[in-house]
Amino acid sequence: MYQELVDLIIATARELGEDEIGVSEDLAEDTILFGKEGVLDSMGLVTLIIAVEQEIEDKYGRPAGLADEKAMSQARSPYRSVATLAEFAKQEIESGE
Amino acid sequence: MAQPVTLITGTRKGIGRFLAEHYCGEGHAVYGCSRGEADWEHENYTHFAADVADEKQAKQVFSTIRREHGRLDNLLNNAGIASMNHSLLTPISTVEKVLRTNVVGSFLFSREAAKLMKKNRYGRIVNFSTVAVPMKLEGEAAYVASKAAVESLTNVLSREFASLGITVNTLGPVPIETDLIRSIPEDKIQDIVDRQAIRRLGRLEDVSNVTDFFLRPESDFVTGQHIYLGGL
Repeated sequence: MYQELVDLIIATARELGEDEIGVSEDLAEDTILFGKEGVLDSMGLVTLIIAVEQEIEDKYGRPAGLADEKAMSQARSPYRSVATLAEFAKQEIESGE
Repeated sequence: MAQPVTLITGTRKGIGRFLAEHYCGEGHAVYGCSRGEADWEHENYTHFAADVADEKQAKQVFSTIRREHGRLDNLLNNAGIASMNHSLLTPISTVEKVLRTNVVGSFLFSREAAKLMKKNRYGRIVNFSTVAVPMKLEGEAAYVASKAAVESLTNVLSREFASLGITVNTLGPVPIETDLIRSIPEDKIQDIVDRQAIRRLGRLEDVSNVTDFFLRPESDFVTGQHIYLGGL
């Protein structure tokens, strides 16, 4: 499931593109999304996370909440990179099962 | 414009039911919820039995709207509970219940609504407060505090959602003949009415008049506002 989610995040970001999240190049698993060296600003991050939530719901057939208390923490944010986001989403989906 | 999609909370009775029927009559696709089943029907109306402060149940509501329409235009956060009691005699369980429905419920529904509205860069959110907030009404500490929080929520969300094309405003009704005030002594209601500029009880049409204004597409430059009925 982890790899599926990495692919889903990359595909979602590609669809949003320059207009929606200000990123025109494809993301990779190790792309830093947010914080120091991150490719997204805060609204870009919000847009991506919400779109990923909706894609997960469409793909897995149930609502997934990706809201998190540590969202803005530099060190521990689950949104820090594509890899941490995929891992976080995987945990959220599994805990909802 | 396509058929507006409107979600109203607390539609089993009172103001919520009136608004749901009003917007059904205006041709909106109306979704409503309350803790129990609705005892009324309309061809444009879909009811959910859901607790507004329950995240899972709320997500189910939005998931259904997204599946059926792919968008949401209007949210009326009407669901609310009141508590009339001197603060010294108010159980904490009541305070928690009031805060949960009024504050947590409005937050949760606004958050989920904005996710759907964001896609179209269009949305109208109306929160519900009360004239008891500016009146600093004695005997309603928990209720007034919860509604003051709702007004603050409106203030901040109006800024956070502005770039998404979503407006967020608050309507503060005066006492209206609904279940909410039926248990309140008459002289207490009269005290409130006497403090209004226009001294009469509110009518349900007074409420829809203001929500109509907030929901109009032309009201896209009106956000973060609190309108009280009766002249406070």
